[in-house]
Amino acid sequence: MAKVLMKGNEAIALAAIKGGVDAFYGYPITPQNEIPEYLSKHLLAAGKVFLQAESEVSAINMVYGAAGAGKRVMTSSSSPGIALKQEGISYIAAAELPCLIVSVMRGGPGLGGIQPSQGDYYQATRGGGNGDYHLIVFAPESIQETIDVIKESFDIADYYRNPVMVLVDGLIGQMMESVDFDRPVKERFLPEKDWATTGTKNHPGRRNVANSLHLDPAALEQHNIHLNEKYKLVKKNETRFELINFDNPKYIIVAYGTMARIARSAIEMLKKEGIEVGMIRPISLFPYPEIAFDQIPESVKGILTCELSMGQMLDDVLIANNGRHKVGFFGRAGGMLPDPEEIVDAIKNFNERVVK
Amino acid sequence: MWETKYEKTSGLTDKKLSYCPGCTHGIIHKLVAETLVELGILDRSIAIASVGCSVFSYEFFNCDAQQAPHGRACALATGIKRVLPENIVFTYQGDGDLASIGIAETIHAANRGENITVIFINNAIYGMTGGQMAPTSLIGQKTTTSQDGRDQAHHGSPIKISEMFATIDGVAYLERVAAYDPKHVIKAKNAIKKAFQYQIENKGFTMVEIVSTCPVNWGMKPVDAMKWSKEAMEPVFPLGVFKDKEEE
Repeated sequence: MAKVLMKGNEAIALAAIKGGVDAFYGYPITPQNEIPEYLSKHLLAAGKVFLQAESEVSAINMVYGAAGAGKRVMTSSSSPGIALKQEGISYIAAAELPCLIVSVMRGGPGLGGIQPSQGDYYQATRGGGNGDYHLIVFAPESIQETIDVIKESFDIADYYRNPVMVLVDGLIGQMMESVDFDRPVKERFLPEKDWATTGTKNHPGRRNVANSLHLDPAALEQHNIHLNEKYKLVKKNETRFELINFDNPKYIIVAYGTMARIARSAIEMLKKEGIEVGMIRPISLFPYPEIAFDQIPESVKGILTCELSMGQMLDDVLIANNGRHKVGFFGRAGGMLPDPEEIVDAIKNFNERVVK
Repeated sequence: MWETKYEKTSGLTDKKLSYCPGCTHGIIHKLVAETLVELGILDRSIAIASVGCSVFSYEFFNCDAQQAPHGRACALATGIKRVLPENIVFTYQGDGDLASIGIAETIHAANRGENITVIFINNAIYGMTGGQMAPTSLIGQKTTTSQDGRDQAHHGSPIKISEMFATIDGVAYLERVAAYDPKHVIKAKNAIKKAFQYQIENKGFTMVEIVSTCPVNWGMKPVDAMKWSKEAMEPVFPLGVFKDKEEE
């Protein structure tokens, strides 16, 4: 397939089909509606499952059921909708079931707005569901990168038996880019889903149960330890980031998704003025690429965290930096997108941006 | 020469039931389990356990199972049945789970005509959490959160699930039964069997509501609880077939 011009949300849907999705359960919410719309047409035509649920709460629990049955299943939503899905997400993570959750962020809190935002970094990486669990979270910056990561997400979810969230903002969902759907996906050994609830006739002598209840505290602690060991393995294997202009930078920007794209332009503008600025672009938000911060040269005068929020990833930057460098923050929120000049200005006036 | 006249159904595991003496959960578990065996569907069945006293039903039914968040059993069942249409999928839910927090999931599963079976245990109280008021608690019924009795003006009336669901097109079979004496237990078994038979035949959503007991949280002896379910509950929740697609 040659390159095609495609809208982000539709590309997400097609990438999921390429990734082998068996079933989609969702509920309408702006700005991600083209995902279910595209899938409703193409999944049903292919004899797969598409179902519009009565609520996000119900949709994520349909995902829970189908994931437990061993199918490749996904949902997509946006900020307030993801909030409603957090209950089910916690159960799915607890029961160690694989699935794909696409989150197309809009401004918040509350009903907020429908313009692009990165105000759900906490929601994605800290969860709103209860208990000690993590999603594997990827935050691509382009439609092409979104396609590549979505195609791989079902493999990653199956491999670790853990939900994967692909976190983009409304801009990536709504814009169009020229993309290629045939880029190769990393080969992984995926064990048979011998745990799936498909009826005992498919696994005689053993009952398969998808469950998150462990009333015995010692048993639950063992489960928590087991999950934590898995998250450590995820951190070791799936940490992803890009280092940009790391030759001799004076400052480092840390930005992901749409904000990283705006920062790329700012870095080019600063370069023309003789100010060298590098960038750490986290691609995985959990696991967070803390190791990237070990590569920051001593000569760097400061790290500027740029987000489409009032400062959420900033927490992880401060943890990863561990007091080594001054950390500043630049953010826009509510659906407002900065011009690159605003980031240029923030770098030039870095001292005013330093987080105390 | 010994002859086996009765034995524990292979539809139940050997796990000791966690239910209180005089509670009808044990009887209804047996009826469901026997049905799965008699219809030859046990090895392709998937049980959905809910939240409440029957939360551990995933340990009792001798088939694959999933444990749902509170109220979400019909959403899980939908998710499974849509990807595994050849399997038999059923939920086992109490009145708090189904009629309160999970009423949206249940109504919409019924309205879509999901080809699943719902076993609905109505004992007019929250059992596992210790006797709080349920949406099906009777007017005047004393619970730990309605200590002067359920007051219609304050709490509303007991919600009548079978009457409500009878209006939904997607429902193929719907009967309310009781379990307070052997005659009604047999009728309950027949209703459960019919519901699963309809699922096998892909007829649509089937539900059996069973007027049940909770002697511990009602503060009654088991025999008195059986009597109360007959004399106090049955007039509010009359028994009978509310919907049968084949009879229309």
